[in-house]
Amino acid sequence: MINLFKIKGQKREDAANAAGRAPIKKQSAGELRLHKDISELNLPKTTTISFPNGKDDLMNFEISIRPDEGYYLGGTFIFTFQVSPSYPHEPPKVKCKTKVYHPNIDLEGNVCLNILREDWKPVLNINTIIYGLNLLFSQPNDEDPLNHDAAAVLRDNPRMFEANVRRAMAGGYVGQIYFPRCI
Amino acid sequence: MADLATKGRWRDVDKLLSRPGNIISSGFEPSSTLREEIGEYVRVLVVGAGGLGCELLKDLALSGFKNIDVIDMDTIEVSNLNRQFLFRLQDVGKSKAEVAAKRVMERVSGVNIVPHFCRIEEKDIEFYNDFNIIVLGLDSIEARSYINSVACSFLEYDRDDNPLAETVKPMVDGGTEGFKGHARVILPGTTPCFECNIWLFPPQVKFPLCTLAETPRTAAHCIEYAHLIKWDEVHSGKPFDADDPEHMQWVYSEALKRAELFGITGVTYSLTQGVVKNIIPAIASTNAIVSAACALEALKIVSGCSKTLSNYLTYNGVEGTHIKVTDFVKDNDCLVCGPGTLIELDTSVTLSQFIELLGKHPGLQLSKPSVTHRGNNLYMQSPPILEEMTRPNLALRMFDLLGEVPKDTVHVSGASEKNGKKTSCSRKLRIVFKGVADMTVGMDTTGN
Repeated sequence: MINLFKIKGQKREDAANAAGRAPIKKQSAGELRLHKDISELNLPKTTTISFPNGKDDLMNFEISIRPDEGYYLGGTFIFTFQVSPSYPHEPPKVKCKTKVYHPNIDLEGNVCLNILREDWKPVLNINTIIYGLNLLFSQPNDEDPLNHDAAAVLRDNPRMFEANVRRAMAGGYVGQIYFPRCI
Repeated sequence: MADLATKGRWRDVDKLLSRPGNIISSGFEPSSTLREEIGEYVRVLVVGAGGLGCELLKDLALSGFKNIDVIDMDTIEVSNLNRQFLFRLQDVGKSKAEVAAKRVMERVSGVNIVPHFCRIEEKDIEFYNDFNIIVLGLDSIEARSYINSVACSFLEYDRDDNPLAETVKPMVDGGTEGFKGHARVILPGTTPCFECNIWLFPPQVKFPLCTLAETPRTAAHCIEYAHLIKWDEVHSGKPFDADDPEHMQWVYSEALKRAELFGITGVTYSLTQGVVKNIIPAIASTNAIVSAACALEALKIVSGCSKTLSNYLTYNGVEGTHIKVTDFVKDNDCLVCGPGTLIELDTSVTLSQFIELLGKHPGLQLSKPSVTHRGNNLYMQSPPILEEMTRPNLALRMFDLLGEVPKDTVHVSGASEKNGKKTSCSRKLRIVFKGVADMTVGMDTTGN
């Protein structure tokens, strides 16, 4: 129980204490968990990370992936990560900033990766997501399409898919859609 | 007549507070004036003035609390009126906190309710310290987590890692979802805080994006398609605002088109709102039951007239009524409410010496630690870009890096060794600098 007698005398003390105290910056439990994730990052050699808002904002960062094998060899793809204070209860919001011809990434940058949505669990971490994103480039998947056209081409005509990917990465049109150069 | 009503009003509360009993908490002193003393001296904050908040304000006011503040950033909507009984049709669009405060003050004489029409993050931390108890009527994990971290930030421990009673900020948390609800008592340092068992919350149901894009099977799939994919395609860069009726109407009509295309039925405007805002229909009686439990716990905490709930009550009214109380245990290593590890430092110790010390500390044995202090990353072991940015700090004194305060909390993560096995972990450390006078506690030692 609260000691009422103490409360009666408390008012004065509080006023005296508050004067000398600097405003406190709060750090959420989500930020602390993210701090751990980031400090333990073990990036694959295809991937680099940057913090556009400096060393003290870990909640917003970018990674860049340069695949070293497969259809997307030689391209550079930037992803933005937005981590909410509810992390790791909620997964980070990940978007692909680079316009890419890919069956599992749409032209708005939405990414279809199971661990980013339906299969996210708090035991997963930023490293897991980064490996998952790398996997999308080594093994694009025509069974879970976000870009329907790209998925159909990959399924029916892998050689044409490869040519389309090359053309898009070099900067050019695939069908009606223009892809800026990302090599 | 009015006088009679007022007298009758307090009869039951006074019985609770003026008579001894067998399940009172230690230190309870029954007295005929206890209710008035509580009214006069106790300040209670109600967070949220919605379904639970309306009930809470009424319940607390009728339990003898007189100094109440209420904080809520929301305005009243038509759909609130079926259960948020303090609001009327003409109040639509006004602040929930302001209207709720006014209505309760009109009905219960002598009570003073101060409304705060703003976000909880907008208030200084010190605002929250002025209250003796905080009662939560919220609907999100994020907001609960924030208030919990604020309340726990006032908590201090003595040298033996026992919580200092005067720094404990009790919280009572209520929550409802349809016919289910919970009420819990959080005494930071004694019972588990919100973060100790955040794993209790089930993950939100999320559909795979590709299902939405390719093979929708339900009305909800069509709505999420319009909300998550179609919106960005059409409104490049413009963020979707769930509180803007025009945005919601657009998502609804797009979802309807898609449902027709795939031969799916069941897309309605209210389902659209429900799916997009993650709403489960609220039940007035669930709110009433949970709030009553919370208000009673608040009265018990401040008066000691009965032992408090220990510590988590769940209510389920889906089939019949089922109520169960579970005694959850505190996580001693909790980064938010736990004591952490007390470390005394000379003011001359540099960050790099401090890091070396963490490896040798018998209770920690932390190798490769990264150090953060109130959101400032003092040193990061990885990735290389952050290591480079924080490396200059290594030569600086901890005392300077922490802003020359006598004591403060820092958090470290690294690999800790236990029984020959290395595991990665985060730890809270209470740093105290030797020989630096603590102006906030040590006032009386200088006087004599």
